[in-house]
Amino acid sequence: MEVIKIIGTDDTPNVIFDPENDIFEISGRSLPEDVSSFYEPILKWLDEYSKNANQKSVFNFKLIYFNTASSKMILDILLKLEEMYENGKDVLVRWFYPEDDEDMQEAGEEYADIVEVPFEQVAYPLS
Amino acid sequence: MEEKKDKKNVKGFLEFVYDFYKSMKAHEITLVYEGEITHQITKAFTSLTESNMAKEAESNSVQKKVFHVMVECLQNISKHAENFGPDEYLFAGRGIFMVSRGKDEYNVTTGNVIDNSKIEELTEMLNNINSLDREGLKELYKNQMKEGRLSEKGGAGLGFIDIARKTGKKLDFHFLPVDNETSFFLLTSTISRTL
Repeated sequence: MEVIKIIGTDDTPNVIFDPENDIFEISGRSLPEDVSSFYEPILKWLDEYSKNANQKSVFNFKLIYFNTASSKMILDILLKLEEMYENGKDVLVRWFYPEDDEDMQEAGEEYADIVEVPFEQVAYPLS
Repeated sequence: MEEKKDKKNVKGFLEFVYDFYKSMKAHEITLVYEGEITHQITKAFTSLTESNMAKEAESNSVQKKVFHVMVECLQNISKHAENFGPDEYLFAGRGIFMVSRGKDEYNVTTGNVIDNSKIEELTEMLNNINSLDREGLKELYKNQMKEGRLSEKGGAGLGFIDIARKTGKKLDFHFLPVDNETSFFLLTSTISRTL
């Protein structure tokens, strides 16, 4: 399966989806000019991946900022993961937030409320 | 004769600039812009304000909130302002954008022309947001995220709710008539500096 590797910029996140090496990560900032065109290929990739997913996939979200339009796309990604989980795949979402960032922590809690998928919140110290 | 008149006009104009400057100082305006709001402008203004706040040693959480509010306000204009003239950019609406910083708070204010037919819907939406408490806003956001669809221009209908949640304050807004078909929509958001 093809690997997704998008290098982040000041308005788009880093995205690495690499099943062979068990790396699934979205990190950084997300406020693209056109959210759909940025996230559509990622959602399509997940559709493909779900057909032949690894025994266990851990998806790491380590965002420091996302705008409201991106929040909708992040939910769409999580809904795909929920679907995979419902179809019997072992999926874990790890939501990282800076330890002093209540808003990012709360965003994680909200997503955990909405989607039925194993969800872990991980606080990390600011460097 | 002609020359004299020109000189007088220039002087008048420069005096206006000085008055404008004084007025900006009096209202503690740190950034004001009128024109097309593009993605590039959004990025430039947010990074400018970020570096100014860092210089002022503003707390992390205030910086983040101001950043959030600025992005949503700017994207609101770029996506929802009525466009007059050619569409040179992907999403570019015209409007006024202003940031002011007082002793206790930041204000982010936007103004843009909208079609009168949108006033009712906007008023209803904003009044609804202003009537909700923290929990209510959280529920509304979650529902809108679940059920809302991205518009053609990539808006998710979440911007105002997010601003209300991040600031913890009511959204102040006002409509002023422009002509028979359109109005000027003004919105100001307040971010406390002592969070």
